[in-house]
Amino acid sequence: MSFIVDYYNYWIVVFLMMAGFYIVISANNLVKKIVGLNIFQTSVFMMYISIGKVQGGSAPIVADGITSYSNPLPHVLILTAIVVGVATTAVGLALVVRIKRAYGTVEENEFEDKDALI
Amino acid sequence: MILEVISTILLILGAFFSLTGAIGLFRFPDFFTRVHAASVTDSIATILIITGLILRTDFDLVAVKLLFILIFLLLTSPTASHALAKSARHGGLLTLAEIRESKKGDND
Amino acid sequence: MVELIDLVLLGMLAITALRVIFLKDLFAVVMLFGLYSFLSALIFVNLDAVDVAFTEAAVGAGISTVLMLGTLALTGRKEKANNHTALLPLLVVIITGAALIYGTLDMPPFGHPDNPAHQHVAPRYIEESPKEIGLPNMVTSVLASYRAFDTLGETAVVFAAAIGVLSLLGMPKPGGVAIDSGLKSHLVLRVVAKLVIPMTILFALYVQFHGDYGPGGGFQAGVIAAAAVILYALVFGLPLATHVVRPNFLKVLAALGVLIYAGTGVTSFFLGGNFLDYNVLASDPVVGQHIGIIVIEFGIGITVFAAMLGIFYGFAAQAERTNIQ
Repeated sequence: MSFIVDYYNYWIVVFLMMAGFYIVISANNLVKKIVGLNIFQTSVFMMYISIGKVQGGSAPIVADGITSYSNPLPHVLILTAIVVGVATTAVGLALVVRIKRAYGTVEENEFEDKDALI
Repeated sequence: MILEVISTILLILGAFFSLTGAIGLFRFPDFFTRVHAASVTDSIATILIITGLILRTDFDLVAVKLLFILIFLLLTSPTASHALAKSARHGGLLTLAEIRESKKGDND
Repeated sequence: MVELIDLVLLGMLAITALRVIFLKDLFAVVMLFGLYSFLSALIFVNLDAVDVAFTEAAVGAGISTVLMLGTLALTGRKEKANNHTALLPLLVVIITGAALIYGTLDMPPFGHPDNPAHQHVAPRYIEESPKEIGLPNMVTSVLASYRAFDTLGETAVVFAAAIGVLSLLGMPKPGGVAIDSGLKSHLVLRVVAKLVIPMTILFALYVQFHGDYGPGGGFQAGVIAAAAVILYALVFGLPLATHVVRPNFLKVLAALGVLIYAGTGVTSFFLGGNFLDYNVLASDPVVGQHIGIIVIEFGIGITVFAAMLGIFYGFAAQAERTNIQ
């Protein structure tokens, strides 16, 4: 039982990561692929934060009467990663918009067919 | 002690209204009744839960912050429900009664 | 009890992710993704990462969702049914997942205080940062002082991403003719937006300058301030918003933020310290640290605000152009 309590967090993170991965490789629509990438990304964030958690610890802000804090380092890494993540997602979405302009579709197989014709 | 009891009652009531809102969201027949159910969670449940939480603080900065959150939510959530219902209406969605009416009209 | 909440939230996340796989309506997919972000923000709170939760709620559920909806407006909301089999991807995913799960068995148990991750630099940050930096919020201390160089890089990435989006999509021309945004008749929405926007900007300033003491900082503040202007643009139309915050002004702002950040580093150079070593900024090292952190957080806030708003302008300009055509 303690085995499950020790590891369930990591397992669910792996499940989420694989759900995102599946969307990325199986979806045909580029917008959906980007949603899948984001799900994948968030699961990585969750992994880091899980590693930083200390049982019985508190948020890493100094307060009276608290002796145990969670690890602040993963929080810093992930905080910046989230903002960078949305910025790169925006670049991806902008590319999708341009692809729609150029090909008239955002379905992967359709614009690959059009590429093959040229 | 009395505060704690009152706050517990408020929190339980808030949880109850959230639950009814969620059940309504699933069980109600059409869009507008569902929005109505969801907005119950937005308004009354928020008021009850946040008031319950305020009673549990030492009436310091935390209570003031909770009060601000309450005011903010009371402004925004009903607006969101309103905008949702209005744009559905704008998009041409009919209420259940109107659908029945139009069906009756077809039969005559 | 905490574990129970955690488990329920993680379960809801898993259900949301599964639903995203099978839905064909992209509008619903994007909405579910917003939900997913909010749920993960709740999990971050539960795992003590309040700063991260704050950022995720503002960025993931706010800005990302708006950008994705903007893309959907341009590309269409239906995913076409694809007829090739999904067997191979499923197989790949199952094998990778099994390998990863096997890998987790070698990881240290979740939340144990003796884990290797808590043995090296973290104790130093936790014990020394209140004395060396003098700020209660350790995340801000680490972000803006100990790992300032890293954060400079991240800010530059945000700036670069904004440039990328703008070169792909282009900025709207300022002062265009206001076409009906479809929200003209929403009187309630307009009144409430007018009430909410000033409060949001005030809150962004609070988050910006209170980030040393509580959760918050430049990243969150920039995103919240950008969200306020985005709300303005959504309710009152893009042309009015470009009158208030001009696109060219945004370009200057985005560069200015990175310059302020790097300039602080160069200043500390000239005062005899290392790059981004704030100790030399004042005679008292702790005061110097405080000055340095406030200045670079301000730089971060400006860049993130300008980058996020610029990205939104790029998408909105495209949507506007398509509407006219």
